[in-house]
Amino acid sequence: MLIFNQLETYLYLALVLFGIGLYGVLSRRNLIAVLISVELMLNAASINFMAFNRFLAPHPAVGQVITLFIMAVAAAEAAIALSIIMAVYRKLKSISAEQTTELRG
Amino acid sequence: MSFLAHSLATLAFFAVVGLTIIGALIAVGARNIFHNVLGLALSLIGVAGLFLYLNSPFVALMEILIYVGAICIAICFAIMLSQPLYLKAPPRSLLKTLGALLGAGAVFAFLALLTRKTTWVAAAERSKDWSVTTIGHYLLTNYVLIFELVSLLLLVAMLGAIVTARDGRSSS
Repeated sequence: MLIFNQLETYLYLALVLFGIGLYGVLSRRNLIAVLISVELMLNAASINFMAFNRFLAPHPAVGQVITLFIMAVAAAEAAIALSIIMAVYRKLKSISAEQTTELRG
Repeated sequence: MSFLAHSLATLAFFAVVGLTIIGALIAVGARNIFHNVLGLALSLIGVAGLFLYLNSPFVALMEILIYVGAICIAICFAIMLSQPLYLKAPPRSLLKTLGALLGAGAVFAFLALLTRKTTWVAAAERSKDWSVTTIGHYLLTNYVLIFELVSLLLLVAMLGAIVTARDGRSSS
């Protein structure tokens, strides 16, 4: 059994990627770095979908369509997040998550 | 012959996996934000390679086109338009790093356990039709709602991004 023909390989790989991304979201303070980590987590989800699609799904088009959907949503999310980060930088002159506390009561 | 091909394929697979993991580590670990984006691009190229191994060259190309080509470049622009790179970032506090490590480690352990304990059952009847034509057919018949929704979402996101980012420079 080849290692790249096993479902578990891809699942564990996606798991590692998700873990790294989650660590980045929790530990980084630069808002752009947080966005980068979120992209990593989304990619981990995509790998999972594609792996299930390759090894388990009844029809191989379904997982690919969902992965394309994830990509489009990620692109929209990145556009919105980056424009919000730009607006925050203009207002506060900083993109650190610790400075953006204007909503604190 | 077959053995040679298989070992070459395995070797290339490990290279792709290494690209993905090392890229992800750079994307999260490097102090310079620009290095983070380059690490993300590296990792995404690795993910595209994984998609090739998962029989989907179309999605692999889309991954490179959308993620590496569009999202990473957009992030580069945002970096250049925001905080100057020569400013020193404040040092990381050890306690927060440990906390993040603990939280991410807990989720990681839980998911790893879940993956190990589950028995995955393949569908009884599996179609062998992997062609791009079929994907296009599905996109315009069964999943046309997703297709239209994505178009609408991208339009709204574009308008929203313009409106949000324009704020503050209208005085000219």
